[in-house]
Amino acid sequence: MYGKKVKLRFIFLALILVSVILIVFLILQSLKENVVYFQSPSEIKSLIELDKKKIRVGGMVKEKSVFINSNEVNFIITDFKNEINVIYSGAVPNLFAEGKGVVAEGFLKDKNYFSATKILAKHDENYMPPEVKEAIGDK
Amino acid sequence: MLANQIGYYSLILGLLLSVLLCGVSIKDLTRSSKQINKNVLSLSFLQLVFVILSFLSLIFSFINSDFSNETVFNNSHTTKPLFYKISGTWGNHEGSLLLWLLVLTLFIFLFLIKSREQPKKYRILTLLFQQVVIIGFFLFVLMTSNPFNYLFPIPSEGLGLNPILQDPALAIHPPILYLGYVGTSIIFSSSLAAVTQNYVSKQWAQHIKKWVLVSWIFLTIGIMLGSIWAYYELGWGGFWFWDPVENVSLMPWLTLTALLHCIIVLERRAALTSWVVILSITTFTLSMCGTFLVRSGILNSVHTFANDPARGIFILIFLFVLIILSLGIFFVFHKENNKSQNNFFWLSKEVSILINNWFMMYFLSVVLIGTVYPIFLDVISSEKISVGPPFYQKLIAPFLIPFLLFMSLGPRLKWIRSKIEDKNSLIVTFIISVMLTFFIIKNLTTELLFYTVLFSAAFFLFFITLKELFIKKFNNVSQTVAHFGFSLLVLSILFNGILSSEIITNIKIGEKYSYNKSEIFFKKIEEKKESNFNSIIAYFEIKDEKGKIIELKPEIRIYNQPVIITSEADIKTTLLEDKFLVMNLVKGNEFYNIRYQVKPLMVWIWISVLLLSLGGLMSLFKKRYEK
Repeated sequence: MYGKKVKLRFIFLALILVSVILIVFLILQSLKENVVYFQSPSEIKSLIELDKKKIRVGGMVKEKSVFINSNEVNFIITDFKNEINVIYSGAVPNLFAEGKGVVAEGFLKDKNYFSATKILAKHDENYMPPEVKEAIGDK
Repeated sequence: MLANQIGYYSLILGLLLSVLLCGVSIKDLTRSSKQINKNVLSLSFLQLVFVILSFLSLIFSFINSDFSNETVFNNSHTTKPLFYKISGTWGNHEGSLLLWLLVLTLFIFLFLIKSREQPKKYRILTLLFQQVVIIGFFLFVLMTSNPFNYLFPIPSEGLGLNPILQDPALAIHPPILYLGYVGTSIIFSSSLAAVTQNYVSKQWAQHIKKWVLVSWIFLTIGIMLGSIWAYYELGWGGFWFWDPVENVSLMPWLTLTALLHCIIVLERRAALTSWVVILSITTFTLSMCGTFLVRSGILNSVHTFANDPARGIFILIFLFVLIILSLGIFFVFHKENNKSQNNFFWLSKEVSILINNWFMMYFLSVVLIGTVYPIFLDVISSEKISVGPPFYQKLIAPFLIPFLLFMSLGPRLKWIRSKIEDKNSLIVTFIISVMLTFFIIKNLTTELLFYTVLFSAAFFLFFITLKELFIKKFNNVSQTVAHFGFSLLVLSILFNGILSSEIITNIKIGEKYSYNKSEIFFKKIEEKKESNFNSIIAYFEIKDEKGKIIELKPEIRIYNQPVIITSEADIKTTLLEDKFLVMNLVKGNEFYNIRYQVKPLMVWIWISVLLLSLGGLMSLFKKRYEK
């Protein structure tokens, strides 16, 4: 009924459509797997179930809470309402200091202990990650 | 004081000239003469002079540390070395927009000089479209980001430039990147002009290809400089982090690369006209989004955007106007040229270039979604997320395999209809690649099958382009060099990825840290005073498995204005590997936090990007397209 050319074009279009759908599906799927959520200490306290996935925790490094030995750095992140202990062995950014904002990435051990795999570097002392600003309120 | 006024009024004069230029050139459109009215050229030159004047006066204010200028006050300091006073000019929002404007006006002037053989109406329309962009930028600078704001009373000292920006690579990175970004504006304006004149043709492609190449070369080198800087200055020990700020520069690069390929189809076969125009529009839109996203702070979060709502809203409106204008023009004026030879066989150069474009679009959508989705989610649900490197690696790496294979075969095909020649040697090359790969990586990784295939594809392209470089069978040297550079890039990245090793530890002065036969010895520290920072230099001795000892001296700098601590990594580069050591201070503790990395083939990543650009450069200076 249809010419050969029309048929070819139809197959071509169908092929493109299918591959586009497949690709969109693929992208969304891996997006779901690789997204890291941000939470404040208070939000973690109010969790009902512990998340097994990687998350980010942000807030202030509590004064006089940093302890360091040859393979670990321990400190407390606070949002002035709740706090959480962080255990970290890795490179510490220069702007990491007591009383400054911080974002740590890693896994929750329980509601009070967080094992960090990365502490995010900030390039500017005046800059505070917006997430942190929000987490500690207008202080 | 005076410089401030000169700068400001030059900008206003520049804007007025834009309006005048539009008027004169519209009048000139109706004139029947074959050449453009001389006034248009001189007005365009005058506009360039005023923008240069404005830019120079800002530089002058920076050199003189004239703190009556708000931009200088916010970003400079008297103790800063002269070089960084100058580079501070474009190291901030206002100054960098002025630089944009400078490049915009410079390029349209160059375009007018370089396009004398092109039809008059097309040239004038290009100028007009470019002036629309230029007027938008003038208004943006004058209304929301004036670099010449007064401060009174005049402060005696400035706030200083963020020390991590005080770096030679970062001083030249913005101008070069901008030459690439803004170069795409010419492609944008001229493709719109060509559409309205129904001039999207072989001649047009031949002439605009030069501009595509120029932008592409600058963009490539600009991205590389940024990446080198991030490697040694940020101390994360990598060259690409899939950070949104990096991604926005990669997106126009991807579309520009796609355009670079399909413009050849247009040049040789007069096909794919609409696709070329769409790519031109997209590339410029992405470049503009990139600059604005980075400069407005939207990428850190949507909330910083709200700090200065005027800027954000202006950007959005301007972007929308440009997009609607260009799409409108495209749909109203564009006619598919039916006379073009649109028939080609499935196995032909045209199809292989189309495949390249499809892959580029795929890579683009991955990067785009990964970058924009967090912003989007924050706006609609205020949930905060970040998308990490695994997302990109997982989605891009598998698709590199077919991409590399097509890249090896594509350039060997002929136009219209082709068959694969020289099958035997191809098969032999392929088998060699697979065997070599298997031999090299069999003990190195757990995902053996996947990596074997990926490495083989990269080696395949590597050998095929290498062979062509020596035998010169297909004679298109510039393209072969670029593709060879790409294969080298993929190989170095892959080897770098699976062979890198890292040690992070906290260590005191005089201590030794040992791990599998290697040893890090923290000998001593030394303190030094410079004009704008104090530095702590640490001496480390590192013994590797073979007992070879090298000395690395990472540094911690404490800048005085603003008070910021930075780490300067020390890197020993050889052709085989980089040894990278960076040290951080943990306040109030005797421990120093160190990160020692061995990164194989690091220098080859930069070399291969240079090869890529060299390929572009060779193509630019090639007289005619070789058969």
